[in-house]
Amino acid sequence: MKKNLITALGLMGSCFLLLTGCHGKEGLAAFEIPETFDVSSDYEITFWAKNDTNKTQTAIYEQAISDFESLYPNITINLRLYTDYGKIYNDVITNIATDTTPNVCITYPDHIATYLTGANLVVPLEELFADEKYGLGGSQVLFDSPSEAEIIPQFLEECSFGGHYYAIPYMRSTEACYINKTYVEALGYTLPDMLTWDFVWEVSEAAMAQDAEENYLINGQKVLIPFLYKSTDNMMIQALKQQNAGYSTDAGELLLFNDTTEEFLRTIASHAESGAFSTFKISSYPANFLNAGQCIFAVDSTAGATWMGSNAPLCDISPDKIVDFETAVMPIPQFHPEAPQMISQGPSVCIFNKADPQEVLASWLFAQYLLTNDVQIAYSETEGYVPVTSKAQNSPEYQDYLARCGEDDSVHYDIKIQAALLLLDNVDHTFVTPVFNGSTSLRDAAGHLIETTVKSVNRRQTVDDAFVEKLYDETISLYRLDQSGRRGALSASGKTDLGRLPTTSVVLLSSLAGVWALILLYLAIRALRKK
Amino acid sequence: MKKFTSLLMALVLVFACAGCGASGQDASGAEDKKSEGVMTYEEYAAAALDSEVVIEAYVQAKQSWWEDQATVYAQDKDGGYFLYNMTCSEEDYAKLTTGTKIKVTGYKAEWSGEVEIIDATFEIEDGNYVATPEDVTSLLGSDDLIKHQNKFVSFKGMTVEAAGQDASGNDVPFLYNWDGSGQEGDDLYFNVSLNGQTYTFTVESYLCDSTTDVYAAVKGLNIGDTVDMEGFLYWYEGVNPHITSVTVK
Repeated sequence: MKKNLITALGLMGSCFLLLTGCHGKEGLAAFEIPETFDVSSDYEITFWAKNDTNKTQTAIYEQAISDFESLYPNITINLRLYTDYGKIYNDVITNIATDTTPNVCITYPDHIATYLTGANLVVPLEELFADEKYGLGGSQVLFDSPSEAEIIPQFLEECSFGGHYYAIPYMRSTEACYINKTYVEALGYTLPDMLTWDFVWEVSEAAMAQDAEENYLINGQKVLIPFLYKSTDNMMIQALKQQNAGYSTDAGELLLFNDTTEEFLRTIASHAESGAFSTFKISSYPANFLNAGQCIFAVDSTAGATWMGSNAPLCDISPDKIVDFETAVMPIPQFHPEAPQMISQGPSVCIFNKADPQEVLASWLFAQYLLTNDVQIAYSETEGYVPVTSKAQNSPEYQDYLARCGEDDSVHYDIKIQAALLLLDNVDHTFVTPVFNGSTSLRDAAGHLIETTVKSVNRRQTVDDAFVEKLYDETISLYRLDQSGRRGALSASGKTDLGRLPTTSVVLLSSLAGVWALILLYLAIRALRKK
Repeated sequence: MKKFTSLLMALVLVFACAGCGASGQDASGAEDKKSEGVMTYEEYAAAALDSEVVIEAYVQAKQSWWEDQATVYAQDKDGGYFLYNMTCSEEDYAKLTTGTKIKVTGYKAEWSGEVEIIDATFEIEDGNYVATPEDVTSLLGSDDLIKHQNKFVSFKGMTVEAAGQDASGNDVPFLYNWDGSGQEGDDLYFNVSLNGQTYTFTVESYLCDSTTDVYAAVKGLNIGDTVDMEGFLYWYEGVNPHITSVTVK
């Protein structure tokens, strides 16, 4: 009998493995909020954070950790610093395979969409938000946490996809155009209320005049790139959005390779050909050129504002190369200046699931601590970031900070505060791109189109119909966008996301599972009777 | 007669050794002659930015590999090359040991003063050469230094200066990242001076990670130490050597 019972149990086990095997590797159980946080046990939380190679930001993280650990002595936070979102993304992907993901991680929603390929890997947060004891503003939270309503709604929505909130916003920024206003006016132009692409291209071309010794007339130097763009994926995404052209749908349909894209690439090519336009990847940091008087329109994140301008507190070029000029901070160029549109970006925080729900709750408490006024205001003041809560934004401390714009060239550096104000004044004009598994690849592809076009022009290649067609095909192949065709959802891992199962399939699979259960029940009963 | 013969043999040996150096023969004894269609270093140096270049050189150090792209320092008898994000399988990357001869086809580019070859492909060829570091100490601060960009070089008798201050305001001999914002495993930045001029040198963490001797050596430096160093003559808005060894004298 023993042998038969073992056989029956073995069959049941095999059947279970087969059924679960249909869904790939078995993941963690879904996180359930513990009734009470266990303060008698010690928890070690790994926090992967991103800074902008900024010593003050590092110090703020360390201070936040120290303050939090004072409140929760049984929680230890281990900080690991990154300076690049891409590196965090790569390391998370690597660590998913070894079950060594961090507990709390600064990340982009696009990246989380890829992390979600693992079952219950990232903790959905809506129940934690609302939890009476440990949620946002919860009764058992040991610090002054904001309520859900106090998180800026647009910023919070950016963390919602697939029907869940998978992150909380940490800081927000957008892109700004940092302008050498002195040179613009010397060229005979006046800055408009809102920059347009036409204006930027026109002034950039006008700046290309040289003397007999090939010095540019505007700066008397041999180097000038009037228009430099840091993030070409943003450049393409925003240009398409402003023209109401396709990029992708919420469901992950790829619309990037369209006629508007081609037209924009041709425009870029014509200005790359004259030398009026280049990119960070091809030339270097826009700030280095701007501050040396070798650039007129430098587009970079508002979170890069401390590097911009003659008196920038951070600078990579030697002091003797810095040129004195007046800097204007404006929204990025627009196609329809009456209805400006600009991207919303910046770090968010996600929480990785673990076997111990108490460890996850400890992670959540720390993540929530990053939303407190102390952290929000201090960190936002390091760059042209804005706090993500109205609680912080409306605080007297933050309002005082904004009001003291230009008082010094460090904490109150005017360019930095103007960059923050730019976003605060334009929150309603911001947008984000749809998040789906593979949206990271699509974003990379958008930037690749521009980078390759500029490089090709620099290499004396002709940008014509054949070039664009070849570029589209190569980009699709390079970023594996052809896994499900140009208009299908895609996966960064190369697997196609087929969406939810149809009802008929669910019924069929349920029936099969039922039949298997009955077979096993029959075998078990027969084995018992033989006994 | 015996003395004369010995002297003659010694002279032959000296000339033979000197001849090796002068003609740029590789370890196998073959002369470092460029293949058909391959540029000399002089031709490469004269080539316009954004033009296609084809060079032959010998791997001197591997900096990184990620997603089929390798970044490598290479050198021939005349000059150094920085091969940035060259197409390379992980399997081929393993074959790029120090001294390996490669033929590289790519585009000449410049990024913040660093001249490099990008969008490149390569093939491994027969031949081997490991460069001895060229002492460029006397060229620091001169316009001639850039002519040695990307070469394996040495700096001798330089003095360690303060790189910055710690949280308590005390001078420190090195920083994690350029401003001290990093932590263990990140790039190390340190300042060294010569004749009253101070230069910032770097231990690039992809080239020499935290397990390497040079990483430990820089962490062990004291302000005022006199050091000899070797490394690759990288450029970022000015000279910014990527140091691979440090010896405290």
